[in-house]
Amino acid sequence: MADLTTTFLGITTPNPFWLASAPPTDKEYNVRRAFEAGWGGVVWKTLGEAGPPVVNVNGPRYGVIHGADRRVLGINNIELITDRPLETNLEEIARVKKDYPDRAIIASIMVPCEEASWKAILPRVAETGCDGIELNFGCPHGMSERGMGAAVGQVPEYIEMVTRWCKEYYGKPVIVKLTPNITDIRYPARAAHKGGADAVSLINTVSSITSVNLDTFSPEPSIDGKGSHGGYCGPAVKPIAMNMVAEIARDPATRGLPISGIGGVTTWRDAAEFMSLGCGNVQVCTAAMTYGFRIVQEMISGLSQWMDEKGYTATSDFIGRAVPNVTDWQYLNLNYVAKAKIDQDACIKCGRCYAACEDTSHQAIWMKPGRVFEVNDAECVACNLCVDVCPVENCISMVPMTPGETDPRTGRVVSRDYANWTTHPNNPAARAAE
Amino acid sequence: MGNSQMTPGIAAGRLPADRIAANFDDLHPAYAPHEAAVAADRCYFCYDAPCVTACPTSIDIPMFIRQIQTGHPEAAAKTIFDQNILGGMCARVCPTETLCEEACVRETAEGKPVEIGRLQRYATDTVMAAGTHPFRRAAPTGKRVAVVGAGPAGLSCAHRLAMLGHDVTVYEARPRPGGLNEYGIAAYKATGGFAAAEVDWLLQIGGISIDYGKRLGSDITLDGLVSSHDAVFLSVGLAGVNALGADGEDREGVRDAVDFIAELRQASDLTALPVGRNVVVIGGGMTAIDAAVQSRLLGAESVTVAYRRGQESMGASSFEQDLAAQKGVRLMFNLRPVAVHEGEIELEYTRVAEGRVTGTGETIRLPADQVFKAIGQKLDGAPEGIALEGGKIAVTGAGRTSVKGVWAGGDCASGGDDLTVTAVAEGRDAAMDIHASLAG
Repeated sequence: MADLTTTFLGITTPNPFWLASAPPTDKEYNVRRAFEAGWGGVVWKTLGEAGPPVVNVNGPRYGVIHGADRRVLGINNIELITDRPLETNLEEIARVKKDYPDRAIIASIMVPCEEASWKAILPRVAETGCDGIELNFGCPHGMSERGMGAAVGQVPEYIEMVTRWCKEYYGKPVIVKLTPNITDIRYPARAAHKGGADAVSLINTVSSITSVNLDTFSPEPSIDGKGSHGGYCGPAVKPIAMNMVAEIARDPATRGLPISGIGGVTTWRDAAEFMSLGCGNVQVCTAAMTYGFRIVQEMISGLSQWMDEKGYTATSDFIGRAVPNVTDWQYLNLNYVAKAKIDQDACIKCGRCYAACEDTSHQAIWMKPGRVFEVNDAECVACNLCVDVCPVENCISMVPMTPGETDPRTGRVVSRDYANWTTHPNNPAARAAE
Repeated sequence: MGNSQMTPGIAAGRLPADRIAANFDDLHPAYAPHEAAVAADRCYFCYDAPCVTACPTSIDIPMFIRQIQTGHPEAAAKTIFDQNILGGMCARVCPTETLCEEACVRETAEGKPVEIGRLQRYATDTVMAAGTHPFRRAAPTGKRVAVVGAGPAGLSCAHRLAMLGHDVTVYEARPRPGGLNEYGIAAYKATGGFAAAEVDWLLQIGGISIDYGKRLGSDITLDGLVSSHDAVFLSVGLAGVNALGADGEDREGVRDAVDFIAELRQASDLTALPVGRNVVVIGGGMTAIDAAVQSRLLGAESVTVAYRRGQESMGASSFEQDLAAQKGVRLMFNLRPVAVHEGEIELEYTRVAEGRVTGTGETIRLPADQVFKAIGQKLDGAPEGIALEGGKIAVTGAGRTSVKGVWAGGDCASGGDDLTVTAVAEGRDAAMDIHASLAG
């Protein structure tokens, strides 16, 4: 079994699976159970200022999107930061950290955007002996109305400013948690970097309404007939999160800035994908909230097995391996020509590829007598929709044409040379450059 | 009281009442809503779906399953009833394993089709339970149509005609409607008086009256019907039963399987229904299996189905054969009856060459207190002057007979499988053709 020991910002944990700042990490009881189950670290549920804690709604705080058989695809929440006194949380953090020195405890913090507030809380957090802090600039609901959370995360100047304060008043690693509710994720990441952040973590939740009750016309979750947008998380947001991670990983302004990946990590495979896109570790919440803490054991065994199969001996062997392969559209090789190919032995004759192609794509699949579905190479643009809708794995594949062959669709000979849009004759910019 | 499976001869109450009640409970219990949602999600919504092609009534199966999935089982039921007004019964009795579910691409992929029959039942039961009828009658046309026989074909035809605004009188020989749905299907496939409830529900369309105790040939005549109606649809079924052609066929204890099944279906107390300790059923179709399985469920100690050809030729589907085996029925092949003796039946082994069955001369005797004949039914008392084909009423197109103004469908008509669902399709199609001809 490959060793999963991972060091992130100098913090070494037995595996790269941390629990994200969220309800599962709200108190000592849960965190101890999480560590016993095998989690490598936790980001403690966000702490607020000293004094009377925030209050939560007393009705439903979670909404859900179900897939088949009520599989949880996404959850949104309108829960605020911890509603327990700061002192209680700090005492518990200190106690748990003492008992689990080999696990990471990061304190998530959200206080008003004033230097005095940060200056006041940071020494108290430092006293707990926790391994670092995460600045919650992400929550899109509730706290953002009070000028915190995503309200800060959406203003790069504020991110830089607060990060700077934290680096000034706190000695251990500072992680800045980013909100995805912004047009271009690179700007807040650059601001965090500029402010001296040791890392960014992303994504926080996506502003969302999960459903509308069609009897009461209230958004869900409904509080006395009204709803407020919540933060969406879980498997549904993973593609959005991975793109944002990759954008930061390949941005020259932030290249090398450590990233903690968050957003729908449910299995070892999700974790491996996030890490290949440049994340030093991953944080998990929805999967734990759906299945309980024990799921980390599958993540651990799965990632180890995959690493063994690939010959990786440390997580650093594959972290960031996919980053060089993320590029701009304009650099994609336009001389790469593929055609869909249907494996007739594997085909179960459902005809979904035909319906999809005939109705919504390029009319490149023939339906022949006996429900035989064949690709018409002269029309196939290799869009991949047939592959996507086919219910049988590996039944339809995209087969690259060999250089020298003639593409029956275009009549052109497939070139072995790489050529992209920047030099394409149809590109006005390319012509202008000549 | 005091009888058991070992009681000699033919006796009632071989099993305690609770055992019998459990034995005759629903074969496939209804889906709960979540089960239905999960089952519905397995449908791929195929293009030009093979299941639809395989359905004799061409129900838009992917569409009704999608309607279940989106939380509208009553809309799903409407999709079903549009094509098959007896979709509730068909959901229970269709040999789906040889029709829609055999054609399901998930059968091809995994050997586990989408459970179309159970989903259809889920949808149709929802509407039946609500008691609502999703169709309204068109304005009356003033045309009068006679339907002879209130079985699946007749009811289907009558409903469609009534919906189109025609006035329909159904003439039924028996005291109750439903035909084989009421009298001829294994009890565990249509529990809770479903057949009768379905007819009541169907009649909500209005414009249909049923005249009971009217048998064609004795109480009514085709000529009479033709002269008093604008069109006639014959759906009289197959009332005759083929003979064994074996010695001792007239012995006590030898009877038609269809009569036994009908008696069982109409019995108010199954513990009072006698059955043999040792039962032998002669035949290889659904009726043979239904009679055999129900004999076991009533408490017969040994039940054997003896079929004169090999297993591959058996009319009963593999599902039915498995069901029989599971209930403890022994299936024997290449055996034909020679003679019925006291408490025994003598059978001769056969071989099949070029489709013809010949005896090998070797015989076997099986204990038999009761022998059920299930070797096929035949048309009894076809009206004079109507052309027959293969012993059935010859039809062309949508059930047109050789007599002008007379249509036929269901088991009594030539062509098509002897299935409830086929009868429903034939009744519906004949109705559309009658409608077109009345309008023209």
